[in-house]
Amino acid sequence: MLIQPSPKSQVGTAGISLTDLHKSFGEVRAVRGIDIDIAPGETVAILGPNGAGKSTTIDMLLGLSRPDQGSVRLFGMDPRAAVAEGAIGAMLQTGSLIPQLSIRELVTLMASLYPRPMPVDQVLTLTGLTEVADRRTEKLSGGQTQRVRFALAIVADPELLVLDEPTVALDVEGRREFWAAMRNFARSGKTVVFATHYLEEADAFADRIILMARGCIVADGSTSEIKARVGMKTIKATLPGASTTELSALPGAASAEMHGDTAIITCNDSDSALRALLPQYPAARDIEVLGASLEDAFVALTDDDPSITMNPQEASR
Amino acid sequence: MTAATTALPPPAGKPSTTTYIRYELIRAFRNKRFMIFSLVFPLVLFFLIAGPNRNAHLGGINFATYYMAGMLGYGSMAAVLAGGARIAQERSVGWHRQIRITPLSTRTYFATKIASGYAIACLSIILLYAAGMSLGVRLSALHWLEMTGYVLVALIPFSIIGIAMGHLLPVDSMGPALGGITALFAILGGAWGPIAQHGWLNSVVQVLPSYWLVQAAHSAVTGQAWPAKAWIVIAVWTVAAVRITVRIYGRDTNRV
Repeated sequence: MLIQPSPKSQVGTAGISLTDLHKSFGEVRAVRGIDIDIAPGETVAILGPNGAGKSTTIDMLLGLSRPDQGSVRLFGMDPRAAVAEGAIGAMLQTGSLIPQLSIRELVTLMASLYPRPMPVDQVLTLTGLTEVADRRTEKLSGGQTQRVRFALAIVADPELLVLDEPTVALDVEGRREFWAAMRNFARSGKTVVFATHYLEEADAFADRIILMARGCIVADGSTSEIKARVGMKTIKATLPGASTTELSALPGAASAEMHGDTAIITCNDSDSALRALLPQYPAARDIEVLGASLEDAFVALTDDDPSITMNPQEASR
Repeated sequence: MTAATTALPPPAGKPSTTTYIRYELIRAFRNKRFMIFSLVFPLVLFFLIAGPNRNAHLGGINFATYYMAGMLGYGSMAAVLAGGARIAQERSVGWHRQIRITPLSTRTYFATKIASGYAIACLSIILLYAAGMSLGVRLSALHWLEMTGYVLVALIPFSIIGIAMGHLLPVDSMGPALGGITALFAILGGAWGPIAQHGWLNSVVQVLPSYWLVQAAHSAVTGQAWPAKAWIVIAVWTVAAVRITVRIYGRDTNRV
C-alpha cells in the first residue's frame, strides 16, 4: 500500500522513523514488518481493530519492548535516549494510577523526573483537573483517571506524545472531556501519535491515519485520502428476486448482500453500477447511494488484501 | 510552529530525585496495611512476649534486651522486604511501564526503592529501641551504635530481595509470599528464639543472611563482633540478589 505523506511531513527534519519492524510472541506474529515515518508536528492516528498490533508497535516505539527485527529512531535517537532526554510523553493502554497520592502530588512527582517540565498548575489547567487536584488518585472517576494519566504524559512537555487507546474505557462524556484536554495540548504543535479503534476519533483528531490490521499497515494517508483511495459507496435498493451473484457482477460493484428484498451493493464506482443496475432491474425502487464511512473503508482495505487475511471465511466473503 | 523549532532544546540540567524519594516515603506512610506489617506488628510482638518476661534472663542476658534484638532483626527485615509489596502494587497499575518512559534511570529507581525501604526500617528500629528502653533495656551509646550499624549492613540483601519479589510476583500473592519468607528467614535466623545452636542445622542457618542480621542485633548484647563469615554471607547474598533482581527487572516490561 502506498505511503502518502501528508503535506506537513515533507518539511520534517528528524522525526520518528520505524523501519521494517517485526515482533512475534511465540507463534503469534504481532507485527510483521512495518515502516512508518512521522514528521515533527504531525498528529497521526494508528487505527485498527483489537489484535492489529497497535499496542505492540507503540511498545516498540517507546522502547518498552525490543523489536525482533528493524529499528526505531525518535528525533534521530534511540528510544531509550529520547526517553532519557525527556522528549517523550506517553499514556499507555493498560494501567491506572499509583494510590496514596493526590492528583497534584502525583503530577508534581512526575514533573520532578523531567529536565524541562511544564509547570504543574499549567498541566492541571490544561487537563481540567484544577478543581479536583487535592483528591486522592484512588477516589477518581474513570474519566478523571484518564485525564490524570494524560496529565502525566504531557507534564514532561514532550516533543512526542504517544497515546495508546486513550479513551477506551470512557463513556461519551468522558471521551469528550478527554479530547478537549487533548486539543488544548495539541495546539502547541507537538508530534502526537495515538492508537485507537474509534474511527470517529481518528477522523476528528488526526492529520493522518495509519490503518493497521493483523500486524501490517494496510493504508497510510490523510483521512480524506484514505476515503478517496477506497472510493467506496454503497447502493441500497429494494430489488425483489435479485441474486447477490448477479449484483456483484455489475460493473463497478465490489460485493453485494441481500437482506430480504433489500440489496446492499458496495461499489468502487457507484455511477457505473447504478447505470447498469436500472435497465437490468426495472422494478428497483427506494434507491439510495450512500458515502462510505471509514468503517467501510477499513473493511474493504483489510478484506481485499489476501496477504493479511488469515481467516478463510473472511477471504471468501 | 515549524519543524525547525521542534529540535530538542539543550538539556536543562539533571532532574532532582529528592522529590521522587519524598513522595515514595509519603506513599509508604499513607499505606496503612504496609505500616502495620512493618512497624506495628514487631512492636506488638515485642510487648506481648518481652513484657511479661522482662525480668527473666536467657543465657545471662536480660530477656527484654535479648528479645528486642530478635525483634530488631525481624522488624527491620519485614520493613525492607515489604517494599516489594509496594512494588507489586505499582506494577498492578502499570506503573513499572510508566516509570520506564521517564528519564528516571534504573539505577536511581533501585536507589529510591532501597532508600525508602531503609527509611521505614530505621523507623522500625527507633520504635523498637524506644520500646526496649521502656521495658528497661540499657546499653552504652557505643553498643547502640554498633548494633545499629551491623543491622543496617545485614539488611542490604533483604532490601534487594524485596525488590526482586515485587517485580516477580503478582500483587495478590505478595501478602502470603512476604509473610512466609519473612517468617521463614526470621525463624531460621533465630529472631524469634534461639534455633540449632549446634550441629548440622546450625551450619545450615549460618549461611542465611537473617542469621547474621539477628547476630548483628545480638552482638551489642553479647559483645561478639561479626566474624569474617558474616561479612562473606552478606556479600554473597547481596551479589546474588542484585544479579537476580537486575535480570527480573530487565524482562519485567510487559503489560500486567
